[in-house]
This record gives sequence, structure tokens and C-alpha cells, in this order.
Amino acid sequence: MGIYLPIAEISVNVFVLLAMGAAVGFLSGMFGVGGGFLITPLLIFYNIPPAIAVATGANQVIASSFSGALSHFKRGTLDFKLGGVLLAGGIVGSTAGIYVFALLRRLGQLDLFISLLYVVLLGTVGGLMLVESLNALRASRSGAAPVLKKSGQHNWIHRLPFKMRFRASKLFVSVIPVLGLGAGIGFLSSIMGVGGGFIMVPALIYLLKVPTNVVIGTSLFQIIFTSAYTTLVHATTNQTVDVILAFLLMAGGVAGAQYGAKAGQRLRGEQLRALLAMLVLAVAIRLAVDLFVTPPNLYSLSAAGLN
Amino acid sequence: MAGLRAFAAAVPLSMLFALSPATAQTPPTESIQIGLSTDAISITAGFSGADLTIFGSLENPDPLVARQGRYDVVVVLEGPPRPVVVRRKDRVLGVWINLDSETFENVPVSYSVATTRPLQDIADPAKYKQLSLGAQNLYLKPADATDSPATIEEFTAALRERKAATGLYSENVGGVQFLSQNLFRATVRLAPNVPVGTHKARAFLFKSGMFVKESSAQLEIRKSGFEQSVFRVAHDYSFLYGVFAISLAMLTGWLGRLIFRKD
Repeated sequence: MGIYLPIAEISVNVFVLLAMGAAVGFLSGMFGVGGGFLITPLLIFYNIPPAIAVATGANQVIASSFSGALSHFKRGTLDFKLGGVLLAGGIVGSTAGIYVFALLRRLGQLDLFISLLYVVLLGTVGGLMLVESLNALRASRSGAAPVLKKSGQHNWIHRLPFKMRFRASKLFVSVIPVLGLGAGIGFLSSIMGVGGGFIMVPALIYLLKVPTNVVIGTSLFQIIFTSAYTTLVHATTNQTVDVILAFLLMAGGVAGAQYGAKAGQRLRGEQLRALLAMLVLAVAIRLAVDLFVTPPNLYSLSAAGLN
Repeated sequence: MAGLRAFAAAVPLSMLFALSPATAQTPPTESIQIGLSTDAISITAGFSGADLTIFGSLENPDPLVARQGRYDVVVVLEGPPRPVVVRRKDRVLGVWINLDSETFENVPVSYSVATTRPLQDIADPAKYKQLSLGAQNLYLKPADATDSPATIEEFTAALRERKAATGLYSENVGGVQFLSQNLFRATVRLAPNVPVGTHKARAFLFKSGMFVKESSAQLEIRKSGFEQSVFRVAHDYSFLYGVFAISLAMLTGWLGRLIFRKD
């Protein structure tokens, strides 16, 4: 069944989009990530213009992170104060990101920049995760007990000034890295259309030493607001949010996510991480290939004088 | 056939009687008229391209020229003009990057032509250049005229090629047919991605390879239905639209959890 997308201005198949949403939702439920990093490239492969894929991806991320944050809120695994500070940084980063987005679009380098960011970030995160999870798998197979990271361990981040206490996270840390992390994620959110969970979660665990049980809830909480802000700004400055497209993806996504979460409980942590790492790497490689393969058309047209 | 010829012969006779002796010395000049049955077309969401028929007539045709088929008509439906950037990808360290670009002013978004015969058989290329007629001859003005002619040439050709590849610039040879000596029918193609806005229909009359007269009419193309309302709201009330998109996402997330909850 075809449907015409009013903003993307192309006809697409409803079932392909619902299935795409469901598949990504399943994976995001399974791995506890927003899924934006999968949705946006998939939309680009499906010939949706990158600018619309990014803005609509941000809109879709709100649905999955809102749904996820609700369950963490009910379980009490959400640090509002930490989320709030991350969010303050996020708004600044997101604003800068939107400005850079419009600038790159004017220069004709937006598609390239989005692809490069994806390849570099997904390649790095995927590669690191794969190495770590394979080591963990090998260690558990050889029978050795998994080495637990010692909590209370301090690094340079903990020597920075302007300390603040986050009770729910049992944390006393400078606000500088928290704001910086929020800003970085906000920037990526507006340029890549991702929530940034795949960077936020490891950063909170390894850099700020936030207890793992509050990390996902807090990260989802801040992602709701960053992507909501991103969606709003893209909608007002670039008019690139396609609600029809976003709704189809969300509808498939929220259904898939609940089943994915169930499936995820049957797999062990390191197996899950290894699978996620391979998935992330596969997306990175697919995007990298496109950068190097000779395009069928060297010339492209775009409207001049945007805004 | 004989009857028709008799009728054709009767026309100039009756006209001669009607005209005053002074003007009867010089033959009246031909002109062309086109008429559109509507001044606005609404296309719906499922629109996948269509043919638009435009009727027109020749006024004061010379019956001898008409009989020999030496009248030619070219009809153009021209979309609204917009500035366009053409970019060329080049390889930098193995990666394909948009490097060079050329901006053109007032490029018609769409340009669909219908002709009685192939353009090259109607008049010579210089004529088309002068009239800025036909997708290959349409004058495209570069925003920066100081660029080298070779570069401008290259990007102009690329612009035409890309427009043709997306179906926005098309040519329908034989799309103009004479129904009688005076009356003709032109069929121009509307691409599935035809832009909304004010389009201009123009008809050019050629007589034995010489340009005689031009006539034009305006046509408004707009999209209708739900999708168009969404598009308009997204542009005119973009802030409210953004708030709606966010609320919809939150509602979907909340409902999805209620309906599909597995924990």
C-alpha cells in the first residue's frame, strides 16, 4: 500500500516503513538504545532525503525514549537532577548543531558530513564494543569470573571544579563534564537525528561512574527532551519533519520495542553487546562503502538560497 | 476530400468579401491563440503524472501553407522559476565530495514541450536559442557570469540532463496535432513530481521555419487533500506543527507501552 509523504514529497510503501520501525524497535528494546542510529541510515537507504531522515529520526526517537523512560520512572531508576544538567548542556549543543546543519545544507556538504559522522562514530563505538564483548565472552568461556570494575575509582574528571551532588546516582562530580557530555549529545542529535544513547550510556558508566541501573533511565529522560527540542527547531527552521513518516516508524517501533525487551532478557549481557556491536559496525561499513564507490550521478541539483 | 477542398477554398473568398478593400491588398498576418479549460489544476496525493491537453487555434492561416503542412506549433508548459545550485562530486582522498558548484537564476522547475514535428525539423537551432525555446535551448542564466564559459557550459548541460532524468524536462514530439486547418490540440506531460505554483503555457507558431507569433496563458497547479494540508501547516505554522509532532510521539510512546507492555 503506497502513501505519499507530504514533506519528503515521495511515495513510499506503508508496510515497509512499519516493518522498518518494528525491526528497529525490536533491536532497540533488546539492546536498550533509542534506535535513531539505525532509523536514519535506513531511511537514507530507502531514498528519503537525508535532511528529512535526520529531522524525522529525531521525532521518532521521542516516542521510543518516552516509552522507555516511563518504565524506568516507575521503577525509580531515573536521576532527574543529573538528567536536568545533561539537558541544559543538550539544549546548547543542539542549538549549535542546528546552526551547523543549516550551514552545511547551504554549502551542499550536509549529506557527506552526516555520512562521515556516522561512519566515524558507529565505527569507533562498534569496534570498541566488539573487542570488549569478545574479551568478556572468551573470559567467561575459559571459566574465569568476570572482572568487576571497582567503583569509587577516580580519574581526572573527578578533579574538576564546580562539584554538584546527584543523590539518586550517589555521585559528587563537577558539572563541567556533565554539561559537556550533554552538549556533545545534543549536537549529534540535531545533526545525525539520533538520541545519542549509544554514546551517552558508555560515557555515563565509564567516564562519570554513574551506577548502571540509573544510567539507561536517565539517558532516556534527557534524550526525550533533546530530541523534542531538535524536532521543534528542525520543524521551525528547516521544515524537514515529516509527521506521517515519523508516525509510521513510531507505530512499528513501540510495538517492536516491547517484544525486543522480552527477547533481550534471554540473552547474556556480553552476547547482547557483541551482537549490538556487529550491528553497529555493519551500518558503519555500509555507509562507508557509499562514500568510496563512484556515484551513478556526479551532478546533483538543489534549491539555492535556502532561508 | 473534394468537399473539404471546396470548403477550404470558400473560406478565403468569404473573408475577402468581409474585408475592406484597403487591407485586402496585404494578406492578414497569422496569429495563434491557446485556451485552457481551467486556470487551476488540483492534483491529489496519489498523483503519478498525467497528460494535460491544451487546445489552440491559428487565426488567419494561409490555406496553401496549411495544406502543405508548413505551419508548425510548439507548445510549452513552463513551471515557476527558481534559483538552482548544480554541484559536481569529485574524488578527494578516495571519498566523493561535492566540490564545484554553479548557481543558476530563474530556472523553470519543470519544462514540458509538445511539438508538431521534431524541433530540429521545424526551425534552425539559432532560432531556438534566440527564442530560448526547448529544453536544450532554454537560456539558463548563471548567477556568477565571471566563471569560465567552459565551466558554465558543463554545469548547464548537467542541469538539463538532471532535469530530463527526473522527468521534469520532457519533450513530446508529435504532441501537437492539427484537428482542422485552424484548430490544434497539444498534449504536454505533467511529471509525477510536478511542482506546485503558477505555470505558464506558451504556444509558438512557425511558418516555413520562420517564427511568427507567440501566445500564452497561465495555469495554477496545486496539490489538494490531506497531504497538502500537512505540507501547508508545516510551512505556515511550523512551531505548532513541531509541537504537534512531539505530542504525537509522546502519545504514541505512552500508548505503545500500554498496549504492548510485556513486563
